[in-house]
Amino acid sequence: MATSVGRMQEKEPQFFAKLGHTTVHEGELARHSVYTRFLHWAYGIFFFLALFTGFATYMPFLFRWFAPAFGGPATTRMLHPWFGLGFVFFFGLQAINWWGPMKWTDTDSRWIKHLPEFLRSTQALEPEDVGMYNGGQKLQFWEIVVGSIVYLITGIVMWAGARTFGATSVAISYILHDISALIMLFGIFFHLYQATFGQPGTIQAMTRGTVSEAWAWTHAPAWFRQMTGRDPRQALEQERQRRIARERAIEQLARGGPAGPPGGGRA
Amino acid sequence: MTERRTLQTEQISGHPGPVPGMGMQRNLEVCKLIDATTCIGCKACEVACVEWNDLPFQPTTFDNTYQTMPETNWNYWNLIKFREHQREDGTLMWLMRKDQCMHCADPGCLAACPADGAIVKYANGIVDFHQENCIGCEFCVSGCPFNIPKFNPATKKVYKCTLCSDRVGQGLEPACIKACPTGCLHFGTKEDMKMLAETRAKQLRDVSGFKDAGVYDPESIGGTHVIYVLHDAKNPELYSGLPKDPSIPFAYKAWKSIFKPLGLIGATLGFVGVVFHYVFEGPKREQPEVPPPKPEPPAGRKEL
Ligand code: HEM
Repeated sequence: MATSVGRMQEKEPQFFAKLGHTTVHEGELARHSVYTRFLHWAYGIFFFLALFTGFATYMPFLFRWFAPAFGGPATTRMLHPWFGLGFVFFFGLQAINWWGPMKWTDTDSRWIKHLPEFLRSTQALEPEDVGMYNGGQKLQFWEIVVGSIVYLITGIVMWAGARTFGATSVAISYILHDISALIMLFGIFFHLYQATFGQPGTIQAMTRGTVSEAWAWTHAPAWFRQMTGRDPRQALEQERQRRIARERAIEQLARGGPAGPPGGGRA
Repeated sequence: MTERRTLQTEQISGHPGPVPGMGMQRNLEVCKLIDATTCIGCKACEVACVEWNDLPFQPTTFDNTYQTMPETNWNYWNLIKFREHQREDGTLMWLMRKDQCMHCADPGCLAACPADGAIVKYANGIVDFHQENCIGCEFCVSGCPFNIPKFNPATKKVYKCTLCSDRVGQGLEPACIKACPTGCLHFGTKEDMKMLAETRAKQLRDVSGFKDAGVYDPESIGGTHVIYVLHDAKNPELYSGLPKDPSIPFAYKAWKSIFKPLGLIGATLGFVGVVFHYVFEGPKREQPEVPPPKPEPPAGRKEL
């Protein structure tokens, strides 16, 4: 990289390019544009608003205490469909935005087959052919696409109510809406975990918009190759050698000896 | 004496734990008996209902029959449904059926309702809506087998016949009963009304030639606290769609009481799963890890 700090060239609506930018520091790669990040947090917020208002009505027995925060049970019920619409709207835009990179490939099918191995921490690196998103991320994306469609249709049926769509369609929608919410909630726990504690260094992809090169060659090797033109495994090995050399140099310095050979610094 | 115990609350929608004060008094169920065979469709009950409950005027719809409007409304809880029925011999019969809340022993509206205390069932069998607790979700509308609860878009609340719980609580009969000029409406204990109804049905069978006459008190929802005497109890649908075997949708019975809690536990397993993953497997860090491993390439880590 010529300069240590770069601006990402983003293909996104003019407005968002002006609204913010993505600063790429040395050793980092640009991952998500301002527009992508805006959409993600927009539907992220609406998701939780819809979740909490929804659960106050789903099972008041356990979740009645959410309702006061939204102005009482009746207001909670009144707001929920609007939060839901907000979620579906922004996620819909994101789905269009991500339709290309989320296309399902053989790599993803293979990834899903090997899922149990990836769950073990003995597997430090993603397979070399994993690109921008791995099979698990894509699976979750498509689950949310399908789930959102189910939400939208069944939600409108329940919103307009039995007086418009009849008692049976409301009763069926009630069940499907619940199932969609339960599956999505189940999945979101994994998403939150992977974005934060599970894979440290991931959340900055959605905040500042960048990830470190080390993150990329570890978690998305094929995407690393595509972005830098370098081989992810070689890059990792170089970095490892650099650190070993650096460690030796430090140890020698500590023993009062001469500094190690040149090349201990970043290539 | 009985009036005070009749308004003991027996079931409360969306309410955790037992109902306060339950089981302290003798249970006495009330019942309204509608003898459809002696109703002349005069609509005195409709007017009495609107008057007593102080309901705002609802414009009527004239459709060339003796029916005031197509169905009950949020401000019109009692409606004589009219149907002209042609018998096998070609002669005509006017079937009048007073349509209102049936006050089911197993109320579908109450099962469907997610709001604490919006729908209650009293120990005397009356099912009552408490609009101050109603959240306007209208699930009761889809839970009701009789299409009774009606939504008011202005207040976003649902309304229906109360069986004049306010009058019954004071030892009075419901307003419709008081207004009925033919005596086709009766009010009393469920036991008494059932007996009266059976006697009348037997009379219809033995004396009046209606061999299928009988009492409508559907078993499928545990019976109702409004019962009918019909000329033809085998075909209640003839009376403007009175369902033969009314039932409550699966969504508000097994789904709501069993699968919803189970589903929630299932979804929470996602949370349990990630916590255990962190504890047992730990995070996946960027490679090579910081602090750097010992000079020798790290062991124990397998790469694909
Ligand atoms: C506070 C909560 C959340 C955090 C911290 C978070 C974090 C992140 C991060 C860091 C990424 C980028 C991953 C990458 O670049 O590989 C991401 C992507 C994504 N987020 Fe979130 N997110 C949150 C909530 C949500 C919610 C509520 C949804 C939708 C219901 C959602 C849906 C997605 C999807 C579909 C992707 C792309 C695919 C993937 O990485 O799984 N996120 N999120």
